[in-house]
Amino acid sequence: MSNTSVHPAADDVHAADNLRFYVPGEHHPQNGTLLGFWLYLMSDCLIFACLFAVYGVVGRSYAAGPSGADLFDLSLVAINTSMLLLSSITFGFAMLEMQRKRLNATLLWLGITGLLGAAFIGLELYEFAHLIHEGATPQRSAFLSAFFALVATHGLHVTFGIVWLIVLMVQLKKHGFIPENRRRMMCLSMFWHFLDVVWIGVFTFVYLMGVLP
Amino acid sequence: MSAHTNTLANGHHGHHGHDDHGHDHDHDHDDGHEPSTFKGYMTGFVLAVILTVIPFWLVMGKVFEQSSTTALFLMGFAAVQIVVHMVYFLHMNARSEGGWNMLALIFTLVIVAITLAGSIWVMFHLNQNMMPGMMHDMKNMP
Repeated sequence: MSNTSVHPAADDVHAADNLRFYVPGEHHPQNGTLLGFWLYLMSDCLIFACLFAVYGVVGRSYAAGPSGADLFDLSLVAINTSMLLLSSITFGFAMLEMQRKRLNATLLWLGITGLLGAAFIGLELYEFAHLIHEGATPQRSAFLSAFFALVATHGLHVTFGIVWLIVLMVQLKKHGFIPENRRRMMCLSMFWHFLDVVWIGVFTFVYLMGVLP
Repeated sequence: MSAHTNTLANGHHGHHGHDDHGHDHDHDHDDGHEPSTFKGYMTGFVLAVILTVIPFWLVMGKVFEQSSTTALFLMGFAAVQIVVHMVYFLHMNARSEGGWNMLALIFTLVIVAITLAGSIWVMFHLNQNMMPGMMHDMKNMP
């Protein structure tokens, strides 16, 4: 197919009927970056699916060590969850301010989003430090290995999201709402909301179901 | 479609989109999404809060006697909340990016379902067949 359209001269005259040309009205994605970023998120989703599968398989293999019911502090997880959920809506507000082309308001909401994300990471690190202090290290049991792998991978994503957010704030401050920055904002928005979606799986399957008897 | 024509098409439209940025709003597809609204985000947020609070209440308040009942409810709420986030925060619909977003999502969901269900199914049966009672049979195998 590509041969006939690229080298029409190589074929005989009758093949001319089969030639296909690009028609402007044809359907195709208009901005490749956003679709490409979505595909990246989907592949990231597969990473998390593998980690969830590992947790699903060995999540109850305590090796006579502590179980989720012994370790998890649900009120801490609830605070963490609300931090991430609030950061989602504040990022939404930043996107809305960007649509209205108000730079300072956008930066303000982005800053609040970053602080909420940092609070989330801080609480998670506090939880990890607490667990390790109690002897519930990743080496203790298969359950804890899977737990740390899954939750820390999510935490690393949030950390890099915060780094991206800070860099983007600097770029917005410097260049304003140029098309590149608008595109970056949309990508980061997808990334941030995607992490919140993954967190739904984490708090449901790991924390809430982990403490069930 | 040959790669050649695709590149041309994307290049052309990329420039078109950039030129139009900033000074007109009548074509909402210039960045692949329709404009988000305050109402949309708030609806999503309120729904997400409700769908988060109920599972925590179910577990922390020990509402059900049976763990399996609670687990079923938890999974149900998680599934609904993921859909809410997808629709209101990630602006998923069948039209964004000409439907390719949705296609990629469906493909991923299929793979994720196979990965999760397959792993748990296989490993569960592996565990069962490796139970201490089975070791006697294993010894007699060639």
